[in-house]
Parts: sequence; structure tokens; C-alpha cells
Amino acid sequence: MAEFLSLHDAVARYVQDSATVAMEGFTHLIPFAAGHEVIRQQKRDLTLIRMTPDIIYDQLIGAGCAKKVIFSWGGNPGVGSLHRLRDAVEKGWPHKVEILEHSHAAMACAFEAGAAGLPMAVFRGYIGSELPSVNDQIKFIECPFTGERLAAVPSVRPDVSIVHAQRADRQGNVLVEGIVGVQKEAILAAKHSIVTVEEIVDDLKAHPNACVIPGWAISAIAVAEKGALPSYTHGYYGRSNRFYKEWDAIARDRDTFTQWLDENVFKGVQNHAGENV
Amino acid sequence: MSLEYTSSEMMTVTAARALENGTTCFVGIGLPSEAANLARLTHAPDVVLIYESGTLQTKPDILPLSIGDGELCESALTTVAVPEMFRYWLQGGKVNVGFLGTAQIDRFANLNTTLIGDYKAPKVRLPGGGGAPEIATNAGEVFITLKHSKRAFVKDVDFVTTLGFGRDGKGRDNVPNIGKGPTRVITDLCVMKPDPDTKELVVVSLHPGVNREDVMEATGWEIRFADQLESTPEPSEKELEILRELKARTERAHTGE
Repeated sequence: MAEFLSLHDAVARYVQDSATVAMEGFTHLIPFAAGHEVIRQQKRDLTLIRMTPDIIYDQLIGAGCAKKVIFSWGGNPGVGSLHRLRDAVEKGWPHKVEILEHSHAAMACAFEAGAAGLPMAVFRGYIGSELPSVNDQIKFIECPFTGERLAAVPSVRPDVSIVHAQRADRQGNVLVEGIVGVQKEAILAAKHSIVTVEEIVDDLKAHPNACVIPGWAISAIAVAEKGALPSYTHGYYGRSNRFYKEWDAIARDRDTFTQWLDENVFKGVQNHAGENV
Repeated sequence: MSLEYTSSEMMTVTAARALENGTTCFVGIGLPSEAANLARLTHAPDVVLIYESGTLQTKPDILPLSIGDGELCESALTTVAVPEMFRYWLQGGKVNVGFLGTAQIDRFANLNTTLIGDYKAPKVRLPGGGGAPEIATNAGEVFITLKHSKRAFVKDVDFVTTLGFGRDGKGRDNVPNIGKGPTRVITDLCVMKPDPDTKELVVVSLHPGVNREDVMEATGWEIRFADQLESTPEPSEKELEILRELKARTERAHTGE
């Protein structure tokens, strides 16, 4: 049964230094509020897993929380580079970050395999790609029935997964709507999980096939209103494409970034969205 | 009659025309998305557009900035989880055309979106593979669109993120359950297709006002031209009008919030 905690307490309890953490949300429902709480609590040496690191991991990397990043597409969607990720990889600032990169298909399958309790995922992938030459976690196996050569990657089994969702009911059951990404898989694959929600309601009003994650499969629920901004929450508020564009200039320069972090994350607890106010 | 249009518009319109009505297309963000939606708004109203965020048969009114903009979900027939998208719909063989962009492309249409320079000490770190490695092998065929430049069109890519035809042109030979691979590359100067035997890219059509030297100068290898070199048809007034409206709507939506 999910426990209702403050975001501070949920992160303090479940995100330990050196943990493997997946904060998921495929462009939608990115758990920014939770990411900022991790930064504020100055967690260190995290292995951060996420298909699309996005601005949230750019911030965590720049803030010095990451030891390693496992990802499949590390850009600012529609805008360009993640400058903090690049600075860490290319120049080692604030310290060198190890990367392990996959394709989307591989990571999606690896999350699914993690949720299914399997040690690995098998799929038809990486044919002709040189990614297997730089990632020793990509192997090929022979199908025992047809002999076809297929790709295999280890399943994703995070210590803790963190996702954002629309709402939870009072039993801690969570409804996720819109682009659902790999959120459900991330929760089920992890040892512990934190779900931040826009609100707590009496009745989820979910239709029979909706994406509902039962409260007993979640460790902690924390309310974080507008907790996905500048990403968005379908049915609540839109994506701040403007901020995603502005981030390019903020993140390009170490000092500008550090100042932004001080003003908007360390001091601006209320303004976790990074909105221009 | 000669209409005023830019080379970028020429590229988008040509890329859009490549997409036949009724095709199921897995769409990359950026230029491919612009072309695919132009196709849908002009000659191909029944084209099925799929984005890797899980949005199936989507009809966005404005171009998405990211692969997971709300617009894609709201205008989709349905939205599925990302594992389902890659496993059932792409790997399952339901996609006719994968439409991709890239940072670097070589003479065998291999794509590099990983990095410039050496992997251990990159000069420029690029975003990475995303959906492309499996889109390029699991889709029936692949269209590629990008601007022509010597930096982008190199003899050998620094890193093969995504298979075209491999470093020797034979990367798809005798591989079971693999798509045809890149069948055309559309740039702001020309259209290229792989040679049927060697798989090396060959210019088959020059855009109006572009000559061979322009293409040779913007290509990092000794580019070949088809014996029967064609001239790409100009955009129509209607195509330009719809494209410009689409881009204006998009610009307003992305800056107005």
C-alpha cells in the first residue's frame, strides 16, 4: 500500500546516494518537481536511467548528482543539445559522467523485461549499428527455434523509479493518461517507487482499460502540483515549449546555469517549474 | 510561371510528395515531421502518421516541437505505451515507411546521430540513436531528409548509429526480416537514391536552379549522377500556401504560451 508522504520525505527515504534511479515520462509527465527535490537534497553518485534525459537530467547532471547516465536519446527535444550533459561528457564539468547508450527500442524492451521480472530483453534490433561496439551491455543471441540472430540487453531494475501522474485516489491508486511512455513499466521494474501527482481525488473515474497503477504496487505518493512543468500534464496544463527553448541559453554557460539553479531550485522551492515569473 | 520559394520549402515539398496516400509512416521529429504533415494536408489525407511517443494515426494541427507534444496525443486515434509502439507496431512489421533526419550521412546512407570525432573523446556529442536504429531496419523502407552540406554528407560517417547499407554497402545482404533500407534521400538541392547494385547514393533529380557543381561542392565524396538525371518538379502554389500556414500556426503556438 502506497504511503502518502511529502515530496521531501519520499525522496529522503527512497533516493540514496549511489542508487540507480529512473525518472521516466516520455516527453510528457516528466517528474521535474521530484528531480529538483533530488538536487536540493544533494544526492550524489546516482546512476540515472531515462530514455530521453531531457532538461531534467541536464539539471541533475549539472548539479553534480550523476555518476552515470543510461539513455537512448540525450537532446533538448526540438531545440538541440543538452549542454550540461555535453559539458560533463566532453569536458568533465562538474565532474566526468559515464554514459551508457542504447536505442529507444532497446530501453523500452529493457523496462518491459524489468517489469516482467526477466533478466533480459530480446528484440530485433541494433542490426548494423555500431552502438554494440561502445556498449558492452548489448549482446546478440540465436533464437533457439528459428536460428535468427536477435539483440539482447539486460532488463532495467532500478533501485527507485520516480514518475509523475495526473491523480491518485485515497488508497494510493494512480491514474496515468495521455502519452504513458514507460511509466508503468518503470514502477513495476523498480524495488521502490515514488509517484508524484497533481491531486488526490475520491474517485479516479477511470474507464476499464485505463492505465491505472494499483497503490499496493507503489511505495510512496507525493502531491506535487504542476510537478511536471516545464513538461506537461495531459488534461491539466500544457508543455512550456518556450521554456525548453530558453533552456538552451541558460544551460550553455556554467555560470548562467549555476545561477538559474540557485534561484529556481535551491531558493525557489515553490517555483520548481522554472517558469519565468 | 515561376513561384517564389526557398530551398527549404523545395525540400519539404519534395519530401512530402514522396509519401503516398495510405502509407503507414513512422515519423521522426523535425524536417520529416514537417514533410509528413504537409503530405497529410495535401495529396495524402489518409496517410497514417506514427510517432515514437506512442501516438498512433495522429493528425496534429500544428507541428510538434518535441516527439511527445500534447497535440500529437490529442489528435491521435489512440496512444499506446512506448514498449508497445516499438514491439508491436514497428517490430511487428506494421510500418511501411520510416521517415528520418540525421546529423551525418555517408555514401551508403548510414546515419550518425551519436557524435563527431572519437567515441572516447568526442569533438561534438550528439543526442544519440533514439528510435532510428530500429526504425531503419524494421520499417519497409526508409526516407531520409536533411539539408545538403559537406559537414553532413561525408564519405564515411564517424559512427554508424543507424544502418543504411553498412560501411561496404552490403550491410543488409542475407539478413532475415529486415526492411529495404533507405530508398531515397531528399535534400534542399536534390534527390538521391541508392545504386541498385553497389548501394552508393546517386543523384537522380536536381531541384530547379541547382546544377551539378552545387551538389558536388556540398558533398564530401565524389558524388555520382544518374545517366537520366531528372529535374525535380517545382512546388505548387497550393503546397506552398499550406506549408506556410502550417509553419505560421506552429510558430504562433510555440511562442505564444
